[in-house]
Amino acid sequence: MSTAAARDLHPAPTWREQVARRVAAGDRFAGLFATAEDDSSVRLSAALASARTVTLLDTTVPDRGSYPALTLLVPAAFWYDRAIHDLFGVVPEEHPRLDPLLLPLDEGDPPPRPGAPDRPGPLHPHERALQAHLAGDGMFTLPHGPVRSGVVEAVEFLIETPGEDIPHLRVRVHHKHRGLEKRFEELPIERGVLLAERVEGIASVAHALAFAHAVEDLGDIGVPPAAGLVRLVHAELERVANHLDVAMRLADAAALAVATARFGWHKERVLRLRSELCGSRYGRGVVTVGGVLAGLALPSAQAAAALDTIERDIAGDEHAAMATPSFLDRLRGTGLLPPDIAATHGALGPVGRASGAGEDVRTSRPYDAYQQLAVRPVDGHAAGDVQDRLRVRWAELHEAFRLARHAVALLTEYGEPLPLTELRVPVDVPDGRGVGWAEAPQGEVLYLVEVADGRLRRVAPRSASFHNLPLLHTVFAGDIFTDFPFIEASFGLSVAGVAL
Amino acid sequence: MAWVLRGLRDGVVTTRYPQRPDPYGTAFRAAVEVSTSPADTGGRVEPVCPTGAIASSDGHVELDRGRCILCGACVRVFPGTFSWATGSETASADRRALVVPSGLPETGETVERVRADLARRVRRLRRSVHVRHVDAGSDGSEEWEIQALLNPTYDVHRLGIFFTASPRHADVLLVTGAGARGMTGALRRTREAMPEPVVVVAVGTDAISGGLVRSTYATTGGLLDQLDVDVMVPGSPPPPFAVLHGILLALGRVPERLPGVPARP
Repeated sequence: MSTAAARDLHPAPTWREQVARRVAAGDRFAGLFATAEDDSSVRLSAALASARTVTLLDTTVPDRGSYPALTLLVPAAFWYDRAIHDLFGVVPEEHPRLDPLLLPLDEGDPPPRPGAPDRPGPLHPHERALQAHLAGDGMFTLPHGPVRSGVVEAVEFLIETPGEDIPHLRVRVHHKHRGLEKRFEELPIERGVLLAERVEGIASVAHALAFAHAVEDLGDIGVPPAAGLVRLVHAELERVANHLDVAMRLADAAALAVATARFGWHKERVLRLRSELCGSRYGRGVVTVGGVLAGLALPSAQAAAALDTIERDIAGDEHAAMATPSFLDRLRGTGLLPPDIAATHGALGPVGRASGAGEDVRTSRPYDAYQQLAVRPVDGHAAGDVQDRLRVRWAELHEAFRLARHAVALLTEYGEPLPLTELRVPVDVPDGRGVGWAEAPQGEVLYLVEVADGRLRRVAPRSASFHNLPLLHTVFAGDIFTDFPFIEASFGLSVAGVAL
Repeated sequence: MAWVLRGLRDGVVTTRYPQRPDPYGTAFRAAVEVSTSPADTGGRVEPVCPTGAIASSDGHVELDRGRCILCGACVRVFPGTFSWATGSETASADRRALVVPSGLPETGETVERVRADLARRVRRLRRSVHVRHVDAGSDGSEEWEIQALLNPTYDVHRLGIFFTASPRHADVLLVTGAGARGMTGALRRTREAMPEPVVVVAVGTDAISGGLVRSTYATTGGLLDQLDVDVMVPGSPPPPFAVLHGILLALGRVPERLPGVPARP
């Protein structure tokens, strides 16, 4: 289904020039991955997204060696360079701020080096490796987290402020680093899907799909059309649930109690519908390499009716919210992400699309049933504030309902329940490297999967949350403390997918 | 004004649980149960489980719900031995009770002691309880399920349960996640900041055993070694009804009754 990636090997300085040239020529920088090759070297792979494929450009760096920081030529690589420094111990030279991101280590602690065969022992985060709090003329730092108010994931924001506005913000995600990349390497291929579902639990389906696509790319496996439709239904309902979560958090930030309750109720109904379709409220246990494990557990008429009812109820509350001045006043002009920054950074998903960027891989590199059911593009909201991000989400939510309904209708042609041959194909995976992607509610999820001797040698997930979160640094121009919850909610990200 | 009317249009959507069983909670597949007379022949059952939750000896098979991530692999491969159990009341105050089918009988006395001790501690916080949550390396879905308790379908305020920002005001600590080492200090400090008596509820299989993440260089494989946990709620993630049952169980407001396990004598 997806396209094989071209692989070139260059010495590091030439490699960096090459990556920069490709980005200047219009490719989107989609990620930087590293793999410990053996005791002596680390391979770096830059992922470049172009019209119909993702290309990997490789270079090799000696173990504990260095390479010229990619971020100097490609600013979007800022966090990627830092993450690689943490996990592999190679140094991106002249990196403007090489603070630990995923794993602050004490001097002398061995980095975990994903891809290498050894299993590192416990590594305790070393807080002193982190940059101290900023203090200066009238400036102070407000540390917020990792235990924050509300039921939220662990993350620490350092708000550097002279009083009320927020000229500078730092984000620390290392608290909940789980070492998932090394954990993948202990698993047989088919169980990789289960861990992928837990990389970013609120986007389980998208992660499972991106992982499965990478393996299917490697093995040149095509999934049955009906399985592609089942995958689509689960992926779109995941999008609906996530977008409703964002709407609920925005309403909560604006203290609209009824709207918060209504969106929370709709979200609960969507999660219940998902559990009725597959047993899991998060669509887990559906996707497998080569297809799906089960069809939809509800009769199609019943599923279609549920989709209709829920969408109609949401639309009523959506229109009411988007006509409530006290709500819109807080969203309009808040958390502005300028289109030029969104484009340079390659901002993903709704965050990118609200600023005129944000390729949708369901359209540009369609997979599964999206090859058959075209996604209508969302347009017209490109000012890039919190309000636009919410508008994009509403449009995507209705499109998700349309696609899911269409897929449910098409599935009836294959019979109910689906015969086994329509669910999945037998899988035989050769050794090698595959790239897979899926459009999560947060944006493009990318997986690099390398198989050796029939086992997972290296799995490198890249969530849209990881790529988009650094943009939070740039969207506070002119905004004040009380805008913080709106801006954070409007990004709709999950920390689990960032900290890995 | 428009919102006032919108708030009324669908009537009461709130569950009656725990006064009455809730149809959704009762029908939810929140656990796997094991037949006492396994009907599958051929093949060892242990390797089918990705988290090592299954053990067998002499034809007697056990499954540890504290490790089970509900992937359903065992149900698919050995349908004569394993099956889905419906019902969301999966929480237990005893780690051993999560091992089915045997788990309990000979430990009855210890269980009673554990429960009596818990009951004594929670006597004073029955009807107005403040909850603090700490994420110690979850995948993010447990937070959604806990947060859901505030939506109108569960509305835990009706039960006198409130979420609080400050650990100083909290009586119940909900912990999630496989035990990220980067959260060890923050978790300990939060626990120490809470006034006694404190009840700790581990939410999710990850918090109980590390689940599929297990113990890595960055995680401790669950939180049971880091904290004195009173109640464990298995599930990956556990649905809101299971989380609610766990909290109520910790407060001594509902009895323990594991799905697929006969009630205690």
